[in-house]
Amino acid sequence: MTTGSLTAGRARLRLPRRQIPVLATLALLLVMYGIGVSQYTAFSNVQVIFNVFIDNGFLLVVAIGMTFVILTGGIDLSVGSVVAMTAMVSAWLLQEGLPAALVLVIALLIGPTLGLLMGCAIHFFEIQPFIVTLAGMFFARGMCTFISGSSIPITDGFWTRISQERIGDPRGNFVSISVLIAFVVVAVAAYTLAYTRLGRNVYAIGGNPQSALLMGLPVGRTRIAVYTISGLCSAIGGILLSFYTLSGAPLIAVGMELDVIAAVVIGGTVLTGGSGYVFGTVLGVLVLGVIQTLITFDGSLNSWWTKIVIGGLLFAFILLQRLIGIRYK
Amino acid sequence: MNATMGRYRAVTGHRLFWPAAVLVVMLAANTIYRPGFLSIELKDGHLYGSPIDILRLSAPLILVALGMTLVISTGGIDLSVGSVCAISGAIACMYISKQPDQNSLAVVLAALAMAFGVALVLGAWNGVLVAVIGIQPIIATLILMVAGRGLAQLITQGQIITINSEPFRAIGLGHLLTLPLAIFIALAAALVVAAFTRRTALGMIVESVGGNAEASRLAGIRSGRVVFLAYVLSAACAAIAGFMMTANVSSADGNAVGLWVELDAILAVVIGGTSLAGGRFFLSGTIIGALIIQTLTTTVYAMDISPQTSLLFKAVVVIAVCLIQAPAFRARFTRRRRNVPTPNAIADKPKEQVPA
Repeated sequence: MTTGSLTAGRARLRLPRRQIPVLATLALLLVMYGIGVSQYTAFSNVQVIFNVFIDNGFLLVVAIGMTFVILTGGIDLSVGSVVAMTAMVSAWLLQEGLPAALVLVIALLIGPTLGLLMGCAIHFFEIQPFIVTLAGMFFARGMCTFISGSSIPITDGFWTRISQERIGDPRGNFVSISVLIAFVVVAVAAYTLAYTRLGRNVYAIGGNPQSALLMGLPVGRTRIAVYTISGLCSAIGGILLSFYTLSGAPLIAVGMELDVIAAVVIGGTVLTGGSGYVFGTVLGVLVLGVIQTLITFDGSLNSWWTKIVIGGLLFAFILLQRLIGIRYK
Repeated sequence: MNATMGRYRAVTGHRLFWPAAVLVVMLAANTIYRPGFLSIELKDGHLYGSPIDILRLSAPLILVALGMTLVISTGGIDLSVGSVCAISGAIACMYISKQPDQNSLAVVLAALAMAFGVALVLGAWNGVLVAVIGIQPIIATLILMVAGRGLAQLITQGQIITINSEPFRAIGLGHLLTLPLAIFIALAAALVVAAFTRRTALGMIVESVGGNAEASRLAGIRSGRVVFLAYVLSAACAAIAGFMMTANVSSADGNAVGLWVELDAILAVVIGGTSLAGGRFFLSGTIIGALIIQTLTTTVYAMDISPQTSLLFKAVVVIAVCLIQAPAFRARFTRRRRNVPTPNAIADKPKEQVPA
């Protein structure tokens, strides 16, 4: 009898509990877009959506890396600084006259190396991820100013060409190459998490590290891998940012880790790990982007409202996750 | 020989040994680099010198770290302290700047009381989120960390509020008995917290909640209430620290006050030997940790290195202190020294457990 009423309840609900946060984010995004369209005539322009992607492409890539880390129940505070360091190093090496291809390879290697080292420190020495990545954050930010105290412009031909390349339709709507790169990263990440052994291990460790260990899953290797992936995503994000700003500045992307964590949480990933989707993170980044666009369109609201709204949304989504009973520590 | 070894073990094994050693090494390095570093001189009835400066400037960090110690001891973390500093400083400055007589003591006291009250409310908000609703502390306080910066800017309307109030300025730059007043405030706060936690059962209750909240609850401790109190106390400490930071420069900047102080405070607590997992806490260790961080900052300034680059040194110190304290690292290190051929235990531990 009890089971009967239970299944009846399930059937009426239909929605799998795990996907409710993602659907809520999707609904929120649509509502916000609807508000924008109804209030401002220019908002319905497709280019507004494209601009959200152009302005937040690097944030999206970094948030994807963070999703991996948070899914295992860890956290990576170093992402913002690694983004800045990658942009800084590329700008500096290009200024020194190195060929663009070589600079690209070096810049893309720095992030994963730092991530690998942090992962090793977390796994082998059992130091809290929070502290290790905090040290990584200090290190990367310190390296930025060590390279140069002021911003370095990028004048390299390859960089400027990619930065100015517009891919679009005849009506003048366009996206940048960075957006395409971000989409590729999203696709690869979504495939990895959903269909590969590594992806299943990530979910298993986030769900219960002890059980994962007893099942014989490579907990250590996976844990080190997610921090390396996050480092790689931050490095790609840094390259995209340098395409976007055509410079490397020591104080760029300060506090970005908070935006990234907020985007991942708003996207429905649970901070204790084990539950969440790449698609949710994409939606989370879009929500942040649309909030900024709305506030820009309004004109009378000041930039600090962005922070207050993001804080409010964080609260609402965490409460939602709590109410529908996703496991918390 | 054995007795000496035993004594050596007892000293190096003491929880305050490594933090204190790091502090002494840093002070020594400073003195070698700049022989006048440790000299203190008396001018106009006030003591001046680098050590005094370090003490004065570390006062806000000590305050924030005190509250953070208790929060971390309950197994939580409070990321919002920097924002609470900014909000309390902003409210106090805003209120004082609106009054006709900024130098009146009553005005300053009213401003402090108001800002302190708001901070308590913010602390209670964190406490409710964690203890009543049961949200993971790191994310519950992240809400206020992000939104609080916005609120502080909302209060100051994005401006830097400058005030000209002697009594308020005294909180940061005043003197008492030849020493800066800020030192006494931090010391008083430390003594009050120490008295309440170490002279009563409160400290043990906090530790037991951090060790196992559910078991403590079953043992008759109101875990929720203890956790709630820890967050309120943390916000209260952050508010006083916020007053000091704004009083130091006689102005409130919603963006800059207390920026990253939460990270420094967490570092101070961890350097002091309190585990981020909760449980036992060490107030004296936290104070030494805060002094280490401030000494590092002062050293870097004194050596003419850009303040941002000081982060590099901070990273090195953090990793060094954490590695020294990590049991896994110690075990590996001592084993290697004794030359016992054990393959790295940590990496193999998973494999041993599999058949079970």
